[in-house]
Amino acid sequence: MERVPILKIGDVLLVSIQVDLEDQSVVALQEDLAERISSTGAHGVVIDISAVEIVDSFIGRMFATIASISRLFDADTVVVGMRPAVAITLVELGLTLGEVRTALDLEKGLAVLRRLGADREVRIEVDEDDEPVQAFS
Amino acid sequence: MTSPAGERKELPIRRDDDVVRVRQLVRSYAQQAKLSLVDQTKLVTATSELARNTLTYGGGGVADVEIVADTRRRGVRASFIDEGPGIADVELAFTDGWTSGKGLGLGLSGARRLVDEFNLTTEVGRGTTVTVTKWGR
Ligand SMILES: Nc1ncnc2c1ncn2[C@@H]1O[C@H](COP(=O)(O)OP(=O)(O)O)[C@@H](O)[C@H]1O
Ligand SMILES: [Mg+2]
Repeated sequence: MERVPILKIGDVLLVSIQVDLEDQSVVALQEDLAERISSTGAHGVVIDISAVEIVDSFIGRMFATIASISRLFDADTVVVGMRPAVAITLVELGLTLGEVRTALDLEKGLAVLRRLGADREVRIEVDEDDEPVQAFS
Repeated sequence: MTSPAGERKELPIRRDDDVVRVRQLVRSYAQQAKLSLVDQTKLVTATSELARNTLTYGGGGVADVEIVADTRRRGVRASFIDEGPGIADVELAFTDGWTSGKGLGLGLSGARRLVDEFNLTTEVGRGTTVTVTKWGR
């Protein structure tokens, strides 16, 4: 069984899917990612699928699951690099990918994470202050 | 009328990695039949869903994949054959989002949308055969 490597760059975990994965490998990747998010405290996950030729309902569900899991650990997931033919097929298959964030490429995906990260900081400052009004004075 | 155009192969579907092999064979035939990239992607995605159903619900079986031709064009036809429990309520099984297992319930309905011809025969206690065809334009 193929095991997909997970790279850590700063506080982002990066996964690049380069081979046609069997279902077991998809499940293993999901578990490995959950483990790494919790053990590293990473704030972002980028899944690069620019080399992926098809996304069916099994791997599509994995993206959605990873997105939900990462949210439980206060991290965001972005799927980047989806090929146009894959996007067209997904729509016809009926897979909406729900709350999974997507970006055109790795660079834009990292920008999305930075933006979400900045939002998170503001949220924390506001949350942690007893008198939120003064936080901005 | 359609007639065989040469290539034909039968693959077993017994394990996860057999599903990968089915995807690869269908992709290679779709390229040989000169399907567009989008049509290749749609067909491979549909057959991935059907092969997984054969494995998960049919208890395994075979995929029979061939390049077909009529007077105007070539295409790829793939049959997924199992001797599993069959499908008691076919209409229900085709409902978007309905699954008897842990899936997303998009395999059958989605696969039907992704191909040009779709045929399902099933008998409770005897098994299920799904045949799909995608034509070049
Ligand atoms: N080959 C098969 N043999 C028996 N039942 C099947 C087969 N293929 C599909 N089914 C039934 O049809 C349902 C819907 O299939 P599908 O649309 O692929 O969704 P999912 O795989 O997510 O359950 C399955 O949950 C199963 O009950
Ligand atoms: Mg299915």
